[in-house]
Amino acid sequence: MNPFRYARADDAADAVALVTAGGTAAFLGGGTNLVDLMRETVARPDSLVDVSGLSDEITETDTGGLLIGAAVRNTALAGHLAVRTRYPLLSRAILGGASAQIRNMATVGGNILQRTRCTYFYDTAGSRCNKRDPGAGCDAIDGFNRIHAILDASPECVATNPSDMCVALAALDATVHIRSLGGARTIAFTDLHRTPGETPEYDTVLEPGDLIVAVELPALPFSAQSTYRKVRDRASYAFALVSVAAALDVQDGRVRDVRLALGGVAHRPWRAWKAEAALRGAPATAQSYRDAADAELADARPLSDNGFKIELARRTIVAVLTELAGPDGEAA
Amino acid sequence: MSIIINGSPAALPADPRTSLLDLLRDTLSLPGTKKGCNQGACGACTVLVDGDRILSCLALAVQYDGRHVTTIEGLAEDGALHPLQQAFVVHDGFQCGYCTPGQICSAIGMAAEAKRGIPSHVSEDLSADVVLTRAELQERMSGNLCRCGAHNGIIDAISEYNTEVAA
Repeated sequence: MNPFRYARADDAADAVALVTAGGTAAFLGGGTNLVDLMRETVARPDSLVDVSGLSDEITETDTGGLLIGAAVRNTALAGHLAVRTRYPLLSRAILGGASAQIRNMATVGGNILQRTRCTYFYDTAGSRCNKRDPGAGCDAIDGFNRIHAILDASPECVATNPSDMCVALAALDATVHIRSLGGARTIAFTDLHRTPGETPEYDTVLEPGDLIVAVELPALPFSAQSTYRKVRDRASYAFALVSVAAALDVQDGRVRDVRLALGGVAHRPWRAWKAEAALRGAPATAQSYRDAADAELADARPLSDNGFKIELARRTIVAVLTELAGPDGEAA
Repeated sequence: MSIIINGSPAALPADPRTSLLDLLRDTLSLPGTKKGCNQGACGACTVLVDGDRILSCLALAVQYDGRHVTTIEGLAEDGALHPLQQAFVVHDGFQCGYCTPGQICSAIGMAAEAKRGIPSHVSEDLSADVVLTRAELQERMSGNLCRCGAHNGIIDAISEYNTEVAA
């Protein structure tokens, strides 16, 4: 690990001032990803600004939603009663990720900004990676790419976003509250993460000095009817090959409204806008779910080793929607 | 700046690169906490901080100023094994023993999480009281690997300990 300076921020303004004071400073949350990246010298900040002691509160908003401080630990968020009862897909997504020890350490802000687990990204000694070293090339595209992206990849990068929590936040129309030297602003969660394009070194649209201070969940009347399913190589403590976060509102045998997002398939948590559009107003049947999945996955492009993800995503979408519809839906 | 290890204050390292794990083992001569993968994948370095189980390999020691850390060395009282340590002996919850300190610290933190009502990936009802079935224990302990394959004995030991605590 390269040497760095360490400072603990007293509040958000202090944190932003410290991190923009010059050099290559980075914010530090629980450290579960950044410390590892620094040890592997994938990340080489010259100073760390510790924001893990800032807002760790979860509060009700005036509009019936929840405001979640960026320093809330993953365990605390997943275990919060309002989240368990009103947004179970978020609890389930978090509980599906990492291990209990890591969830106890990891913050919400850090989870959002965790970096890909592409093995070539981590392999500083032996692999080319445009995300780690812009312009170097990508050894994943023609390498072992079983875990890589099927949607919106570029010739420069086929990495996936590894977060489970982010898939649920994408489905829930969350908003990210950001503090910077210029003041405070908000951004839609689905606009935060980028497609890789020609600049995969940028995971998000955040600028240097932008600090995530909170995530806001809007009220969603049917979000209690929601879940998260994660498909992986072993039953626990593994990253998703494919995951699905969904909330479903079925009335009189038809889909009145739906929220759907996928994980493990793209450079960002993938909001399934096309599938949602296909589902609204459609009969709550397995055929509708298959048609919606097909609409979403029509643009999927497999690499040499990950073609299975397209069918896996299709089947997982259908299975999750069928489960959520329950007896109100109709088996086809 | 200081950190409290098993009830005794210790100075934080001058070099912020020092992990909590290296502070324990190399500076404080507390080698009970083990270094397995050193990248957050195996759980061998699990310790308790203010009662919560964390991975000391991914923890920068400077982040834990003023916090109370409990390691495997802090569990036995007056030379008597902690009941969970005794249960591991009774149920053959180890072979080589390298993962054992992490397993035991993790299981103690796990029991506290269950008591607080924290659900797990395998909990069917997220709002129900936690019942630590075998499936729940296996899921909740999945962050602690045992390369010898003593997992069945480990789960037996933890299961007995939790039953006695609940009784």
